[in-house]
Amino acid sequence: MAQVLVVTSGKGGVGKTTSTAALGAALAQGGEKVVVVDFDVGLRNLDLVLGAERRVVFDLINVINGVAKLPQALIRDKRLENLHLLPASQTRDKDALTEEGVANVIAELREKFDWIICDSPAGIERGATLAMRHADAAIIVTNPEVSSVRDSDRIIGLLDSKTVKAEHGERVDKHLLVTRYHASRAARGEMLSIDDVLEILSIPLLGIIPESEEVLRASNVGSPVTLSNAHSAPARAYFDAARRLTGDTVPMAVPTENRGIFNKLFGRKAA
Amino acid sequence: MKLFNLFRRGSAPVARERLQILLAHERSARNQPDLLGILREEILAVISRHVAFEPDRVQIKMDRGKSVSTLEVDIEIPNALGAVPTS
Repeated sequence: MAQVLVVTSGKGGVGKTTSTAALGAALAQGGEKVVVVDFDVGLRNLDLVLGAERRVVFDLINVINGVAKLPQALIRDKRLENLHLLPASQTRDKDALTEEGVANVIAELREKFDWIICDSPAGIERGATLAMRHADAAIIVTNPEVSSVRDSDRIIGLLDSKTVKAEHGERVDKHLLVTRYHASRAARGEMLSIDDVLEILSIPLLGIIPESEEVLRASNVGSPVTLSNAHSAPARAYFDAARRLTGDTVPMAVPTENRGIFNKLFGRKAA
Repeated sequence: MKLFNLFRRGSAPVARERLQILLAHERSARNQPDLLGILREEILAVISRHVAFEPDRVQIKMDRGKSVSTLEVDIEIPNALGAVPTS
């Protein structure tokens, strides 16, 4: 049965689009049929991060308005035949995204794919609530930093009240994805640790993506990091997270940069 | 824990503590659906049964203090419209 995931955070710039691309690609690399849907109407970027920016003809809004059929708007990735993109439009009119239209598109996608991954816009407005509306599960992308953690808490509240599942008395599964994690800075107490974030947000951990230049390099060249450098630390972390999504039990590797005496004494392990 | 933090000398424990306090507050506020609105409606319903007043001449304010919170209800009752006090 198809799984609808929303990748959300509240705060902007924490890595929603990067994570959507990397997790979508990782799942597709594992043989799953995946579509990533850009809900950031007016500020689309998932096409750019996936290197498909010059192949966009029709978009989500066109499908909702009936200007194009869904198969016409879907872009198949050139490297991964199991990975598809439904781009957002560049129109500034966010009201073009209707509740009914989104419901229809998601229902149609459920019939074609194993995984539907919705890349939410930042904020808690219409675009963000519509992106999470039909989700079975949510990936909350959080940086170990106060404003990001606070906004994630806010988003968790919305997931428990504004989704179709919540309105039917069911629960949206929630997964925490910590990105831009500096192991050494956390060990020195300069940055919130994984334990700190888990204790504050109290949702299960899906993965820890270490801060890495590979992530920027991947977006520079328009390739998910799991494709551009599959052996890099962030790629391995995304692969592990994708496997956990499919139900595999994968031990959580807490990134470490130096295993000196300091780390051994003061480093804290992940839950 | 405090001693531990002294050795760490990082700002992360401060971040953690601030977040815990803030989020505890925000979560409790989230679960109370507009307490002030409900109070306003019910208080005014009771008062309007006994005295006439103009609804837009009403101010309701809540102050949250550390140990005590106060609810301030300020209703302007015009003498001409007001009910005649009984006995």
